[in-house]
Amino acid sequence: MVENRPLLSILAHIVLLLGVAIVALPVWITFVGSSHEAERMLQTPIPMLPGDQFFVNLRQTLWGSGLEGSQTAPVWMMLMNSMIMALMIAIGKIAISLLSAFAIVYFKFPFRMGFFWMIFITLMLPVEVRILPTFEVIADLGMLNSYWGLTVPLIASATATFMFRQVFLTIPDEMLESARIDGAGPMRFFWDIVIPLSRTNIAALFVILFIYGWNQYLWPLLITTETDMMTIVVSIKQMLEAAEQTPQWNIIMMTSLLAMVPPIFVVIAMQKLFVQGLTETDK
Amino acid sequence: MAGITLDSLTKSYGPTQVLHHVSAEIEDGEFVVIVGPSGCGKSTLLRMIAGLETITSGDVSIGEKVVNTLEPADRDIAMVFQNYALYPHMTVRQNMAYGLKIRKMPKPEIDQKVQEAAEILEIAQYLDRKPRQLSGGQRQRVAMGRAIVRDPQVFLFDEPLSNLDAKLRVQMRLEIRKLQKRLGVTSIFVTHDQVEAMTLGDRLMVLNGGYVEQFGTPIELYERPASVFVAGFIGSPAMNFFPAEAGGQSVTLANGAILPTNQTARGAVTCGFRPEHLVVDPEGPIAMEVEMLEHLGGVTLLHGPLQGTDQQMVVSLDGISDVQMGDKLHFSLPANLVHLFDAQSDKRIG
Amino acid sequence: MLKRVHFPASLLPYLLVAPQVIITLIFFIWPASQAVYQSFLIEDAFGFSTEFVWFENFEYLLQNDHYRDSFGRTIFFSAAVAFLSMSFALILAGFADRVVRGSTAYRTLLIWPYAVAPVLAGALFLFMFNPTIGIFPYLLEMVGYDWNHYLNGGQAMFLVIIAAAWKQVAYNFLFYLAAMQSIPRSIIEAAAIDGAGPTRRFATIIFPLISPTTFFLLVINAVYAFFETFGIIHAVTQGGPANSTTTLVYKVYNDGFIGLDLGGSAAQSVILMFLVIVMTVIQFRFIEKRVQY
Repeated sequence: MVENRPLLSILAHIVLLLGVAIVALPVWITFVGSSHEAERMLQTPIPMLPGDQFFVNLRQTLWGSGLEGSQTAPVWMMLMNSMIMALMIAIGKIAISLLSAFAIVYFKFPFRMGFFWMIFITLMLPVEVRILPTFEVIADLGMLNSYWGLTVPLIASATATFMFRQVFLTIPDEMLESARIDGAGPMRFFWDIVIPLSRTNIAALFVILFIYGWNQYLWPLLITTETDMMTIVVSIKQMLEAAEQTPQWNIIMMTSLLAMVPPIFVVIAMQKLFVQGLTETDK
Repeated sequence: MAGITLDSLTKSYGPTQVLHHVSAEIEDGEFVVIVGPSGCGKSTLLRMIAGLETITSGDVSIGEKVVNTLEPADRDIAMVFQNYALYPHMTVRQNMAYGLKIRKMPKPEIDQKVQEAAEILEIAQYLDRKPRQLSGGQRQRVAMGRAIVRDPQVFLFDEPLSNLDAKLRVQMRLEIRKLQKRLGVTSIFVTHDQVEAMTLGDRLMVLNGGYVEQFGTPIELYERPASVFVAGFIGSPAMNFFPAEAGGQSVTLANGAILPTNQTARGAVTCGFRPEHLVVDPEGPIAMEVEMLEHLGGVTLLHGPLQGTDQQMVVSLDGISDVQMGDKLHFSLPANLVHLFDAQSDKRIG
Repeated sequence: MLKRVHFPASLLPYLLVAPQVIITLIFFIWPASQAVYQSFLIEDAFGFSTEFVWFENFEYLLQNDHYRDSFGRTIFFSAAVAFLSMSFALILAGFADRVVRGSTAYRTLLIWPYAVAPVLAGALFLFMFNPTIGIFPYLLEMVGYDWNHYLNGGQAMFLVIIAAAWKQVAYNFLFYLAAMQSIPRSIIEAAAIDGAGPTRRFATIIFPLISPTTFFLLVINAVYAFFETFGIIHAVTQGGPANSTTTLVYKVYNDGFIGLDLGGSAAQSVILMFLVIVMTVIQFRFIEKRVQY
C-alpha cells in the first residue's frame, strides 16, 4: 500500500468494472441473441436479457441444416474443421520450430546463418502480403480444399523458432557435456533433455498458436470453396450475407458464440501460460 | 528536528500479529538503530513510522504530533531505501530536486540546496548523470542526497547498505555516522547486521518476532543484555550458553564446574559468558579440549566441547596463540562477566 | 548465437531444418518472389498474355487516387485504432495496477477478447450497429441521430475502428499492466514520500518508465491495424460504402481476387511487403533499446 486513499481505490474498481462491462458488452448481446427465437430478434429494441431458447437454438445450429439461404455446412462439421486446422497449425508450428531452433543453436554447419536469415525473413511476410501467389502455389499442388492446404502455408513462420532459440540459448552447456559423457547422441539429447526443459514454453506457445490457428480468416476464406471444408470462423461471414435476405440472427449469434468459445476457454483456462507466452514471443 | 514517540504500536495482517506493543521514546537528534534477524518486523515498524504501512493500533508521534493519519508526504520525513529507489529516467539533479519541485520551492533555491547536498556527499560531479551510469556507492549517496535536500524532521533508513560489498559497507557506515552528527537530524536506521548496529547507533532497539527485546546503548546491550536473545545476537563470536544450577554466590554447570556470580538466583538458569572474556588459568573451573582452531591474526578462536559434556564452546584469545589442537586447557573469568538468565523466560535475572 | 558446446557438422542438422526451410521456400520465398515478379507485369483483360512493364504498375498506383486514398485511409485507421485501444488499455492498466487485491481477476476479465477472431468482432459490432435492429442505432435514434453505416462512409469507418480497437485493448492492457507491475514498488514509495500524489506519480514517474512498452505497442498495433483487420472489414463493410473503409490489405484482396488485376494487386502486395519490413526493422531496433533499459 502506498497511501491510504480509499476514494481512489473505489474509483479504481468502478473504472475497472466499467471497462469489464464495456469489453463484455458485445459478447453479452450475442449471448442474449442466441437465446431467443428468430422473430424476436427482428423486433426493436432487441432484448438485453436472455430468453429461453438457448438449447433449442444450440441444437438447431449444431445439427440442423445451418442457416436458411446460406451455403454453409452443419455447424458441428465446421467446428470440427476449425479444431483440426487449429491443432494442426499449433502442433505443426511447434514441431517444426523445435527442430529448426535445435539445429541452429546446437550445430555448426555450413549455411547455418543463411538458414537463420531465411527463417527470419518469414517474419516480414504475413499471409496477407502474399495471398495471390501462395494461392496459386496451393492450387498448382492440388491442395485446395484440404486440411494440408489450410495449414501448411501458415506453419513455417519464425516467431516460434526464435522463441525456442532463445530458450535453448539459456540451457547450460554442462547439460550437453554431461549427456555426451553419458553417451547420448544429438537426437537423444534433444528428446530426453532439451524438450522436457522447454515444456512450459511449448505449452505457452501452444495456447497462442491454437488461437492463431482457430481464428484464421483470410486464408481459409480463399482456399476452401467446398462448403464441407469451411471453418466456423469463415462461415460467419456467409451467414451475415444471408442475413440480408432471411435474417436468422439467433442462429448467427449462436454460431458466433460457438466460434468464440474454444479460444476464449483456452485463454482463460491457461491464462498464466498464455500471458507468459505473449510476453516471451513478442520480444 | 524532532523527537519520535512510539506508543504501543501493533501490526497485524489478518489473524497474524507481527508487531506487539512496541513503545519507545527517541530523542531529538538521536541515531537509533532497529536491529534484529530477518522477519522480526523491523522493516514493518519503519514503514509504519513512514506511513507506508497502516497502523493496527497504537500511535506514532513526530515532534509531539500524532501522525497516524498523515500521508507519508505530510509527515516531513525522508527515506533511504535498500535499493535506493532512484528515478531511473531522471538525472541525479532531477532526482534530488523532485521533492522540492513538488513543494513549489523557487528554482534558484532548489538549485542551491541540491548543490549544497551534492557537495556534502561529494557527488557534485555526477549531478547531470543518470543512475544507471553510477556505481552502487554513488547511487547510495544520491539516495541520501535526495533525503538531505528535503531538510526533514526525521531520516529513515531501510537497510541501505545491504547491497554494497563489505569494504564499501564499512566505509559508508562511517560516512553516514559523520553526516548524521553534522546535520543533527533524528534518524532511525534498520539493519540485520549487529556490527553495523553497534557502530552507528546512539541506542539500539533489538527486535525479535515482533517484540522489543531491549532498547539501550550499545554498551548496555553488550554488558547487560536483557535476554538470551540479545546476549546471543550482540557480539561476535556469540556468547556461550550452558544450562546450570544457581545457588546464591555461585552457579554450577552440568559438568560440575562452579563459576562465581554477582546475580542472586536460585534454581535452574541459563548461564552465559562471552568467548573473549575467558582467561587461560590452569586452576580455572572451565575445562575444554581444543578440537579446532581458527587463526584470524588479531584473535585466535578455539572450538571444543565443555569437558564432561557434549556441548560446544568457543574461546577467543588475543593475538596469535601457540595453542595446538588436542590441548586440554582450563579457563576462568570474573563474576561480573558471568550472565545468568531465567531458564524458562530467557530473561536476565536481577 | 551458437552455443559454445555444440555438435559438429553432419547430415543431421540439414534434416532438422529441412521441414521449415522447405515450407519457407515453397510458401514464402517463392510466392513472395512471384509477387515481385508479377508486379512488373500487366495482364490483358482475358489473362491470355502478359507484358513486362518494369515499374509502370508502381507508378500507376502511386498516382492513382483510389490507391492514395486507401493509403491515407489505412494510416488514419491505424492511428485511430492504436490511439483508442492504447489509451483505453493504459487507463485500465493504471487502475488495475493500483488495486491491491484482484488485479489478476480483472486481468482475466479483460484479456479474453484477444481470443476472438477479428472477423467475429466485426460480426458482433455489426449486429450491435445494424441500422434495423441494432441496439445502438435504436438508442441513437432516441436522441435524434440517424445511424446507417451502409450509407454513411464516416460511420462505417467509425464502426470498423471501434471493432478493431475493442479487440486490441486486451493485448495492450496485458503489456501495460506487466510493465507497470515491473516498476519496483520502492520507486513509487519514494515518490510518495517526496510528496507526489497519484496523478503526478503517474505522469512523471510511471508513464515515462513504461515508454519502451508504449513504443513497442505502437508498432504492434500498427501492424495489427494494417494486416490483421481484414476480417473485420470483410465482415462489416466489405470496404464500403463507396470504398470508404477500403484499407490497403483489403484492396489487395479486392483487386486481386475479385477484380482479378494480377499486376496491380501484386504491386500492392510488394508495397505492403516493404511496409512490413520497415515496421519489423523498427520493432527490432526498439526491442534492443528496451533490453538495454
